[in-house]
Amino acid sequence: MEIFDNLIFGFSVALTYENLLYCFIGCFLGTLIGVLPGIGPTATVAMLMPITFVLSPVAAMIMLAGIFYGAEYGGSTTAILVNLPGEMSSVITCIDGHQMARQGRAGPALAIAAIGSFFAGTVCTLIIALFGPLIADMALMFTSTEYFSLMMMGLVFAAMLAQGDVVKSLAMVVLGLLMGCVGTDVDSGFRRFSFDIIELSDGIGFLVIAIGIFAMSEIMAHLSDPEENTILTSDVRRLLPSKDDIKRSIGPIIRGTGLGAFFGVLPGTGPTIAAFSSYIVEKRLAKDPSRFGKGAIEGVAGPEAANNADSQCKFIPMLTLGLPASATMALLLGALMIHGIAPGPTVMTLRPDLFWGLIASMWVGNLMLLILNLPLVGIWVSLLKVPYRRLFPAIMVFSCIGIYSLNNSPFELYLTAFFGIIGFVLIKFECSPVPLILGFVLGPMMEENLRRALLGSRGDPTIFLTRPISLGFIIATILVVIVVSLPVLRKKRGSIIID
Amino acid sequence: MKLEFHSNKDFWAGAMFIAIGAGAMFSARNYPFGTSLRIGPGYYPIILSGILIAFGLYVMLRGLRKNEKIQGNWSIRALIVLPFSMVLFGILMKLAGFIPALIALCFVSAASGREFKFTEVLLLTIFLGALSVTLFVWGLGLPYPLIRKF
Repeated sequence: MEIFDNLIFGFSVALTYENLLYCFIGCFLGTLIGVLPGIGPTATVAMLMPITFVLSPVAAMIMLAGIFYGAEYGGSTTAILVNLPGEMSSVITCIDGHQMARQGRAGPALAIAAIGSFFAGTVCTLIIALFGPLIADMALMFTSTEYFSLMMMGLVFAAMLAQGDVVKSLAMVVLGLLMGCVGTDVDSGFRRFSFDIIELSDGIGFLVIAIGIFAMSEIMAHLSDPEENTILTSDVRRLLPSKDDIKRSIGPIIRGTGLGAFFGVLPGTGPTIAAFSSYIVEKRLAKDPSRFGKGAIEGVAGPEAANNADSQCKFIPMLTLGLPASATMALLLGALMIHGIAPGPTVMTLRPDLFWGLIASMWVGNLMLLILNLPLVGIWVSLLKVPYRRLFPAIMVFSCIGIYSLNNSPFELYLTAFFGIIGFVLIKFECSPVPLILGFVLGPMMEENLRRALLGSRGDPTIFLTRPISLGFIIATILVVIVVSLPVLRKKRGSIIID
Repeated sequence: MKLEFHSNKDFWAGAMFIAIGAGAMFSARNYPFGTSLRIGPGYYPIILSGILIAFGLYVMLRGLRKNEKIQGNWSIRALIVLPFSMVLFGILMKLAGFIPALIALCFVSAASGREFKFTEVLLLTIFLGALSVTLFVWGLGLPYPLIRKF
């Protein structure tokens, strides 16, 4: 079977000493920031990306991906032990996980969370290996018309399905697209929105925006509304789950993986939605739903599998279509471009080492995370005692050096400081920054595809409706807009977020 | 009905979108628009600005109707001191070198928080300084002089 040949090839790439090392560093850092509340995977990926520019593209992607999925693992540790979501996606795990910890069953909860995540990671590695090539083959037939419609669909989906207000999210997409226009127009050489500032003629660097809006503004928000960190660490005595625990968890893990994989490929739906739906499903299916909220292991197993499946399957649209489904994926896409690799279906054929190596490394990384998380849990917990006031100067140092190293000039730092303030204002206005970064990364590609599509159709804009695949994307876009705006669902959606 | 503008979340969010959209449209007014067949550099930005203004108007009007308040606090100190620490770092990297810039960054950014303990910040600075000199200057070989000679 071809898929096994491909996977074996992938492992031959992932298992070289160099790539193993970077996979380990990525997973290690991911766990670290996953455990620590107050710094998310997006900010970390942005902050450390300049360091990876000296690596080979494969090693860079392996390490950055490790940070991303490692954070999901680490987040659950904090959720279970201190009832504080280390990452947003672990909010659901807090509910039953922390109750288990209070009953002295922190060990089994951690173990099931890790095993569930590992199972989901393994299945999703196979899903990517299986479906990735199929999707890429299909995408090879796309012309710029289809790409434009696809990107529009991705952006509208992201705005519609992401948490927060739909109209403001759509406005943020447009703002991102507009910010992507800054700099020299590729086609005409015309300088747009550069206001005679020579540094702006190359456009705004996406790391400047990412670090400004995700890292800086998060720090400002934290300093404005400090959370009281009362750490009540529970003892982790017995790690191994009982036979009953395992028996109860098998179903939720499998269902959670399925749900997570489904939500994973949809743009905009974060791991929180995947975890939440899994929790709801398990509660509905349970013989005795009243156990939920009081330390039901199903409420840990399902959501943990779901959020890990979600974060892994987010790679499918990114690697095969060049379509980022989350803010971190937008950053990874940007990293690919900086390494001179054009994103899209050709990645698989032109850089099979990157594609298959990355996929294989995810499985290796999941295995490493299992080992990193379970026996070393005590070390991670002790990290929680580090107060935020010692943490954020460290974030500042890494971010500033990274930004400065982009061009060896202070201009990018001024710009980042500016976007930090903007990002803080956006947080206060409750405008989600995720659609903005997606729009920003896709903006120039969208314009280019629009230009080519219109050129091909001799200026006739109906081309987007007359080509069947493109029409399909547009119909799907309109359907989602209608469904999300239905009053009934709107209320439900609100309650999901409040919950 | 008395409207409180100063803390109306959506009113200001909408106003921001309109202002950015209008500003972008104004700056792009002289960019060649081109035709549908051959779109010019002004085509895409002007359409986007228009859409942004429309969304902004909707959000602003909705804000007037709903009048929801901005949540949480604004730490003016963090908002000013933290960006300032970055600007300072940038200037000092050019003028004084890696180590002075790093020390300034650590101390000034730490001062943007509520608690500031001198010894703790000093130890943190030494730790972060040693780590970043090892990693960035020696490890990655970034070409920054540790201290610039005048």
